[in-house]
Amino acid sequence: MVLYWIIVLAIAVLLYVLLDGFDLGVGMLFGLARNEDDRRAMMAAVAPLWDGNETWLVVAGVVLWGAFPVVYSVLLSAFYLPMLLMLAGLILRGVAFEYRAKTQRLRWIWDAAFAGGSLVAAFMQGLTVGALVKGLPIADGRYTGGEFTWLSPFAILCGIGLCLGYSLLGACWLVKKCEGGIRDSAYRQIPPLSFGLLAFLVTVFGFALAEHLQVLQRWLERPWLFVFPAIGAAALVVLAEGVRRRRDAVPFYMVALIFLAAFGTLAISFWPYMIPFAITIDAAAAPHASLAFMFWGEGIFVFPLLLIYAAVSYRVFRGKAGAASYE
Amino acid sequence: MGLTPLLLSRLQFAFTISFHIIFPSFSIGVAAWLTFLEALHLATGRSVYRLIFEFWLKIFGVVFGLGVVSGIVMAFQFGTNWSELARTSGPIQGVLISYETFTAFALEASFFGVLLFGRSRVRPWFYLFSTAMVALGTSLSAFWIMINNSWMQVPTGYAVVNGTFVPTDWAAIIFNPVVWVRFPHMLFASYLTGAFCVAATGAWYLLRRVFTAEAQIMLRMGLYLAAILMPVQLFFGHLTGDYVHKYQPIKFAAIEARWHDEQPASEVLIGWPDPATATNRYAISIPVLGSLIASSSFDSKEVGLTDFPRQDWPPVAIPFFSFRIMVACGVALLLLAWVGSYLSFKQRLDRNRLMLWLTFFSFPLPFIAILTGWFTAEVGRQPWTVYGVLRTAQAVTPSLTTQAATISLIVFAAVYTFIFAFGTYYLHQLLRTGPVGRLVLPPTGAVPNRPMSVVDAHLAVPQRHLVPGE
Repeated sequence: MVLYWIIVLAIAVLLYVLLDGFDLGVGMLFGLARNEDDRRAMMAAVAPLWDGNETWLVVAGVVLWGAFPVVYSVLLSAFYLPMLLMLAGLILRGVAFEYRAKTQRLRWIWDAAFAGGSLVAAFMQGLTVGALVKGLPIADGRYTGGEFTWLSPFAILCGIGLCLGYSLLGACWLVKKCEGGIRDSAYRQIPPLSFGLLAFLVTVFGFALAEHLQVLQRWLERPWLFVFPAIGAAALVVLAEGVRRRRDAVPFYMVALIFLAAFGTLAISFWPYMIPFAITIDAAAAPHASLAFMFWGEGIFVFPLLLIYAAVSYRVFRGKAGAASYE
Repeated sequence: MGLTPLLLSRLQFAFTISFHIIFPSFSIGVAAWLTFLEALHLATGRSVYRLIFEFWLKIFGVVFGLGVVSGIVMAFQFGTNWSELARTSGPIQGVLISYETFTAFALEASFFGVLLFGRSRVRPWFYLFSTAMVALGTSLSAFWIMINNSWMQVPTGYAVVNGTFVPTDWAAIIFNPVVWVRFPHMLFASYLTGAFCVAATGAWYLLRRVFTAEAQIMLRMGLYLAAILMPVQLFFGHLTGDYVHKYQPIKFAAIEARWHDEQPASEVLIGWPDPATATNRYAISIPVLGSLIASSSFDSKEVGLTDFPRQDWPPVAIPFFSFRIMVACGVALLLLAWVGSYLSFKQRLDRNRLMLWLTFFSFPLPFIAILTGWFTAEVGRQPWTVYGVLRTAQAVTPSLTTQAATISLIVFAAVYTFIFAFGTYYLHQLLRTGPVGRLVLPPTGAVPNRPMSVVDAHLAVPQRHLVPGE
């Protein structure tokens, strides 16, 4: 039961990072767009999908609360202000999709809300992961730090890193979904973003090894775990080749693979801890009666439905998105 | 009392949940109304029902969207501000909320897509089925939320193990008798909200002498439904009072501003409760009526607040006044529904401008009744978060500072005001435009998860006239 729910949680988080990652990334790149046509095309490339993507954040949140209540309460109370800013960013960028089309005069407000909200939300998510890796003061299942304990150069670095990563995903999505000028400029954005992300990932991994000797131990004991970083490196090579040959469909999947590899590397480094070196999966898990009740309803019946539903909506909106389709 | 993290968190929760509840209570009612319209359209084949359906579908989209956005915040707020509650009751409340998310999302999102795109692609009976499923989804959402809240009011089926709530009997939690009184009370409140909004819109068009045919149907259907449901709602309100009387005697005494035991008890109609002296100033009360209301008897003894330790008292003024405002709204709406239905039955309503104005101005009343009803239930539950087990002061996040809580309250207030102002503006535009004789084209950018985009198509394609009907 515990294992089932940790898998569901992992799937929800991974889907959230990959899917909302690209649309937050497009939101950030939106801030760099030069003219209204480009902006409209960029919006059109994510408009039908962003809300479904964000659903995975809520799914991850409620699964965390029901199945791992200790982690839910520690994380949200420790990251009070980052969570607040993330939610505000998500709300503002979300309504911008609906409202910017309805006004001419005030469009700049919603453009700023879309790009700014995306940037803030992405930065806060990266910062949260960074601060988690660095470690939180926890005693007796409660967060004991202050309101700015999460603030550190490393956490800020991670915030910037995730913004780069999401922007890279976003650029690859634009390559996949758009044509003409947008696609060309997205192609130009991929190499610098890739190098930035790579430098960042190496730094984070190095930091984790230096900071927590336990992590180093684990990697030395199980050398086959290096398959994850190796997958990431291989994906990077294919990405470079795909960009060079202008294969529109390739980059997105390769960057997704890099994210998957980074996610796996991170998860394995800290397994079985949910909050590094403070709370393990088993210590965080809700009583069996809770997990079983969740499993026999939403777990085996509704969760697969959610996955199928997401797959269907991506199928419906496959192919290139025309700029005219979003007014 | 200074601004503590506890007080600020309570204010923030009250603000965000009050803001949120406005939207689902409306969309639950309107989803049911859409189902009814679609069924009528199928049964009679009259295109006017189809027109009204398309019109309310657009309104539904905007309101539904605002409900989703403000609901996301709720899913996180339990952890940010009430981490002790989240940690200890997660095995029960977290599970219930996760069911709410999973089931409501699966139904609403999947079938809302059919509502937007499917008209020409599916068979009529399946379209009707989809509408019903969206309505079921919104109601299911309310169902889980009411189970969750009822567990906080009258906790059952749990054991406290190492300081956390462990579920021992899910059937006792879900089939808690309190749920089956409060859930219908909330559900009917939502249906009535929908009914009065529909009737008020009809009255507004009749006063402006536009869309007369549609307006008459809206007005009549809204008022007839309300005329039938209002008494049922008052009955469930009475049952809700009975559960409070049975399980939460302190809350009951606070609602009645009854400070001392009385036999037989009088009913304070109105007054100013003063906790310092444990008396009511300027009170107008009726003897014996208190016993009659509380226990349906002429000589029952009713307990007063002073029977209980002072630290277990809820604030008295808020439950006292909000309960009376709720009841006043209920009675006013009952009269309006009955008189309006009678006049309509006699074919005299359309020319009675006073009644039309009254009906038009009635639309805020169900919202006020819902909000004040919730104030009564939630403030009356104080000082407990989980009644009798976990105090609100112990539920708040221990590490939360006044500064952080102040910032978050300000940010939420600003963001919500901002999006609410724009949302209201677009709703007003839609209502002004009215059920004009054209159908919504499946908007190319719209998806089930993006309900507000229904409006895009409507506003973006103003000049295309299609003949309504099949």
